[in-house]
Amino acid sequence: MRQSNIMPGFGQTLGFTLFYLALIVLIPLSTLIFMSFKLSLPAYLDIITNTRVLAAFRVSFGAALVAAAIASFFGFIIAWVLVRYPFSGKKLVDAFIDLPFALPTAVAGIVMATIFQPSGFLGKLLIDSFGVQVAYRPLGIVVALIFISIPFVVRTVEPVLKEFDSAMEEAASSLGATRLQVFNKIILPNIFPSVLTGFALAFARGVGEYGSVIFIAGNQPYVSEIVPLLIITKLEQYEYEAATAIALTMLLVSFLLLLVINLLNRWMRQRSGQL
Amino acid sequence: MSILIENISKNFGQFAALNHINLEIPDGELVALLGPSGCGKTTLLRIIAGLESADEGRIFLSGEDKTAQHVSRRGIGFVFQHYALFRHMTVFDNVAFGLRVKDKKERPSEADIAKKVHNLLELVQLDWLHDRFPDQLSGGQRQRIALARALAVEPSVLLLDEPFGALDASVRKDLRQWLRNLHKELHVTSIFVTHDQEEAMEVASQVVVLNKGHIEQQGAPADIYDHPANAFVSKFIGQTNVLNLNEDNVIWLKTAGIAVDDSKGNVAHIRPHDIDVKKADANSDSPVTLKDWQHLGSLIRVELYRPQDNGSGTYLFAEMPNERFKLLKLNKGDRVALHIKHAHWFNS
Repeated sequence: MRQSNIMPGFGQTLGFTLFYLALIVLIPLSTLIFMSFKLSLPAYLDIITNTRVLAAFRVSFGAALVAAAIASFFGFIIAWVLVRYPFSGKKLVDAFIDLPFALPTAVAGIVMATIFQPSGFLGKLLIDSFGVQVAYRPLGIVVALIFISIPFVVRTVEPVLKEFDSAMEEAASSLGATRLQVFNKIILPNIFPSVLTGFALAFARGVGEYGSVIFIAGNQPYVSEIVPLLIITKLEQYEYEAATAIALTMLLVSFLLLLVINLLNRWMRQRSGQL
Repeated sequence: MSILIENISKNFGQFAALNHINLEIPDGELVALLGPSGCGKTTLLRIIAGLESADEGRIFLSGEDKTAQHVSRRGIGFVFQHYALFRHMTVFDNVAFGLRVKDKKERPSEADIAKKVHNLLELVQLDWLHDRFPDQLSGGQRQRIALARALAVEPSVLLLDEPFGALDASVRKDLRQWLRNLHKELHVTSIFVTHDQEEAMEVASQVVVLNKGHIEQQGAPADIYDHPANAFVSKFIGQTNVLNLNEDNVIWLKTAGIAVDDSKGNVAHIRPHDIDVKKADANSDSPVTLKDWQHLGSLIRVELYRPQDNGSGTYLFAEMPNERFKLLKLNKGDRVALHIKHAHWFNS
């Protein structure tokens, strides 16, 4: 039996959604899969288990995960400051947050490479005082990705933090909870799913990031070469099958990781009665 | 535990929310802080709790100065208007929270916590909901859980901020009675904030009337109703007719049976039930007519109109039992004679 729905337009809007999803996402992605069918399985495995390719995967996913974790931590603090404390210049700080969204990522990469290179302003300082080199090392990739992905975390956490009922904190305090207990047992469980969503977005953005990374990474094979760059390199060498195989693998791994994060998120919300 | 509020003041910018409040609440009372919105009653409650700090003055609980102490160390239970239940925890975990955050030395074992929580949930008659989340409960249920949660830590003082404000009328009525009974059982000193004078009169053993940041009157509900200290209290508690003593009203009040004395004040407040209404005799010259009436259940409120010499008129409200109104057999537009039994006098 047909179920009646109060909200009209379900058929049309769903049709639209599927049409666009197909046009923009599914057709290009399935082309990728289709292209890789030209390869036999042994040939495919041969390409992706190449040590240089594996090293690039380690660098790309490793740097993206670390950067997303750091961005989540600092993004949470920034969102916290923006929501919780009134201060002058707040609007200005708020506008700065979104700049990485708008800036061409290549510009960001060049600027970062300039200041973090061994002779650069911050790079020199870090090498002189801590012996740490940022640019042309995997660390440089992490720094670039944090810059790119922090707004995702801030903008995801901010509205949830804004909506958080501070009477819950007061209630916990009145029941004898210390400030640390209030944060750990009341605030964090309510905010954490949004931080995790921010983490997922930051990670997804970081894995695919190309423009900013190539300027600061040094792009040394086996050390600081990222997967997107490797794909471009393969294309430039007319190794289309190899490029496709690597891209497909990247797509699958990303999809799996995002799926796991979303399931984790769902599980956490369910366990705390928010679904 | 007794509460002593000494010379408390609080300003929000230019606005003086509380102006040198002094108040003493004896052990075991159930006190209502009553006043219109913006009178400072919630601010006072939050200062007693330690959720807000006073600009001036001190708070003593059982003779101990608690002014500088953090809310978590004051040993109070606080109930919020919008419940403030922890929405990521089950009902059971909500009630257990106060016990679980105690220091290791004082913390009861999980088994003792479970026993205590179930006892409290039985006290509020909601043990069957222990594994639900707050979002799955009705407003009345949530507020009872919030109360159980506050009671779990055995507070010496229970503070309730408009506890029934967000509930619908019938639930509110039930919960009022329930709170009164609970207080009889537990005898914990309690203060609740309300803007509803009926609620204050019905639930509290003592009522404190606040207005514009200061205390207008404090006393037992009956005292405050029968002997309002000033015009504000008289108008705020119950219904009243306000008559300015111009020449016209003076003459008229005398004929209605009230002795007018300038020394007592220049405004007369007359409770609707202090006005006796009867049909005017055919030869009476009473100018008062019956305009309309409203059915309030057991009471009937009649609207009376008295034209004045200058062409304007005064409306008066009187109340009488349903039965009596039927016996009078009055119709709209009938002329009526009034006898006023009692009036309060104030200076304005």
